[in-house]
Amino acid sequence: MEHSLKNSLLKYKTLFGLLVLCIIITIVSPRFLTVPNLRNVLTQLSVNAVIAAGMSFVILTGGIDLSVGSTVSICGAIAATLTKSTGNAFISVLVALIFGAFIGLINGLIIAKGKIQAFIATLGTMTIFRGVTYVYTNGTPISGLGQGFMAIGNDKILGIPVPVIIMIVIFIIGYYLLTQVRFGRYVYALGGNEDSARLSGINTQKIKTLIYVISGIMASIGGIIVTSRIGSASPNAGSGFELDAIAAVVLGGTSLAGGEGSIIGTIIGALIIGILNNGLNLMNVSPFYQQIVKGLVILFAVMIDKKSK
Amino acid sequence: MDAKAPTLEMQGIFKSFPGVKALQDVSFKAHGGKVLALLGENGAGKSTLMKILSGVYKKDSGQIFVEGNEVDIQGIKAAENLGITIIHQELSVLPNLTVADNIFLGNEKFNKVSRRLNKSYTKELSKRFLNQIGSKLSPDTLVGNISVGDMQMVEIAKALTKNSRIIIMDEPTTALTDVETKNLFGVIKKLKEKGLAIIYISHRLDEIFEICDDITVLRDGRHIGDVETNKVSKDQLIAMMVGRKLEEQYPYVKGKTTKTMLKVENLSLEGKVENANFEVKAGEILGISGLMGAGRTELAKTIFGEYKKSSGKIYIDGENVEINSPAAAIEYGLSYLSEDRKKEGLVLGMSVGQNMTLANLKHYQKGLRKINKNAETVDVEEYITKLSIKSPSQYQLIRNLSGGNQQKVILAKWLMLSPKVLIIDEPTRGIDVGAKKEIYDVLNELKQMGKAVIIISSDLPEIIGVSDRVIVMHEGKITGELPREDANQENIMKYAIGG
Repeated sequence: MEHSLKNSLLKYKTLFGLLVLCIIITIVSPRFLTVPNLRNVLTQLSVNAVIAAGMSFVILTGGIDLSVGSTVSICGAIAATLTKSTGNAFISVLVALIFGAFIGLINGLIIAKGKIQAFIATLGTMTIFRGVTYVYTNGTPISGLGQGFMAIGNDKILGIPVPVIIMIVIFIIGYYLLTQVRFGRYVYALGGNEDSARLSGINTQKIKTLIYVISGIMASIGGIIVTSRIGSASPNAGSGFELDAIAAVVLGGTSLAGGEGSIIGTIIGALIIGILNNGLNLMNVSPFYQQIVKGLVILFAVMIDKKSK
Repeated sequence: MDAKAPTLEMQGIFKSFPGVKALQDVSFKAHGGKVLALLGENGAGKSTLMKILSGVYKKDSGQIFVEGNEVDIQGIKAAENLGITIIHQELSVLPNLTVADNIFLGNEKFNKVSRRLNKSYTKELSKRFLNQIGSKLSPDTLVGNISVGDMQMVEIAKALTKNSRIIIMDEPTTALTDVETKNLFGVIKKLKEKGLAIIYISHRLDEIFEICDDITVLRDGRHIGDVETNKVSKDQLIAMMVGRKLEEQYPYVKGKTTKTMLKVENLSLEGKVENANFEVKAGEILGISGLMGAGRTELAKTIFGEYKKSSGKIYIDGENVEINSPAAAIEYGLSYLSEDRKKEGLVLGMSVGQNMTLANLKHYQKGLRKINKNAETVDVEEYITKLSIKSPSQYQLIRNLSGGNQQKVILAKWLMLSPKVLIIDEPTRGIDVGAKKEIYDVLNELKQMGKAVIIISSDLPEIIGVSDRVIVMHEGKITGELPREDANQENIMKYAIGG
């Protein structure tokens, strides 16, 4: 590509988009750029960002995970129930994470070994585990979660909210995995051309299974954060979270076909969605219109992405 | 000389893309009733020229004349309306529609009154066009169930329904058996009799000498010359294409064989390979020949662990091994270069360097530590030099390289593993003459380094020229084994059709 302003803009289009968005919102609502508001925005979008980080791995291989929303709710419920009964936040979180990994493992095995399409498989597990949550919680929310657990979603360390710290750590680890170690190359290879990857000696079944486990764990972390922030686990939690996560990944420039994209793009995508939500709130736009705006932004971003190719 | 105007004339065509001058002042004439070969290495500009003709690209400057009248080809439909049809290497028939539906795709015949599809009329017309080219296909057959050769007949019939006067065939025989190729040539002769001008793009010089009347040679986007087929020799053509005289098209060196590196005993793959027995020694090149569908690729993929054998034993360097995945095969010292590099060899979205090290990443990274990218870069550069891979840099996306250079990158990928046995399926498919020789030189070097090399090829002269021994397959069985002295076209053919 030749060096030109147009091409530079296109290459970093998501970042520019984010900056433009921030500028516009600050002009319309100066309250945006205040520390309390920014702290709030980042905390709120951290849940989606974490789930989207896991989703990045899945989409990069050409797959998709529709079950993350249900994983959020069942893992949040498990964490809540355990912390309420044992008072030990640490154990509760650990068990919830393991369960998230377990859901991911089921997805991975169905898709990699069972050779069922990811869309169908995770649609299935999404429905099943939503049902499991209802059974497990008897359809009622669980509250009274104790100080230890509540700290996760509501405390700050050195002025930074814990969920934001979790988000940053996860993206650093994700970046490392995708760009510095073999695993990352294998993920891109699998997404780019599964046959070539397998014939090059890559254990494609193992990688495929692992990425769904990662997604499950990330969704579980999201569930723990959201349960802690709200202070209760609701059987309806996580509804629609899969769409927000996918939107963040796609907005960030990752192709649904696999093999192309980056986790940096995903966090920018998550920032755009979160900041857009916040901006519309500050401007007192009705939540109904917010939905429409969000959808339009995503379509617009994808169209620009196509044009730049 | 022909006093009549040529059916097609392109004059002074220029076409550039950002950074690349694809065509510079290219001119040629194609006459009705004759077959013109368009010859040139990959990157010579043949594809670009034909895309301009068929309306996919617009020329920067120059003129195009159809039957003496200057035309301006605006797009694909415009080209079609002018009677220009191109039959691509990758056929574009739809397998879940019938022959008749495919022939009239985009051109469906409707009942004028009821506005419904007129199926009987379509069927009858299809039969008529198929007859014109001597095809006995039934219009109701699903295209998915017919052979590649018949699919081509469907495309040709389709071209005829559009009143094509100029038919461009791009590498038409790549996926055809010898029988189907003969059939195609018969059809081309019929098309000639109807006065059509045929432009034939192919790397296969033998075919060009058999079916083409004239040859236009391109090189590096320029027009090198026009010759009549019966007035030129193969060597002269190659010299025109490459710009230099190739000493020997198929270099052969004598090697020294030592121990048996690969032994295959009674190997079977359900329905595709039956009781294969053969061995390959270190220091030799074994050629596997046979018609399309004989089971050669299946044999190779079974050895490589991509397919699960139904019975039999494999010995690598004397050791009986169980290979149940390509990863395992690689551990045992096997390498396999697939015949379809786009589908099974490359990861198009990755760079040259990343593709090259893909099978050997374990070497550059232990545990959870970082990949040693410095070592990686150095090794990739080494192979780029060793194999003369033409690429602006190792960070270039591999999809931007020519076929020959892509093949070299994949070869480097396997060489990096220092395999004991190297299986290469169609080593020079879709590669120009200059690069072909470079690959043969590499194969010879490997042989002399003590590797056991197996090449599977549908290119008889290639197999005969390079191999130390040849085994021939027919319908899943190995029907013959020939030492180099006896490996000639007749003997190989004899075994290839059943022995």
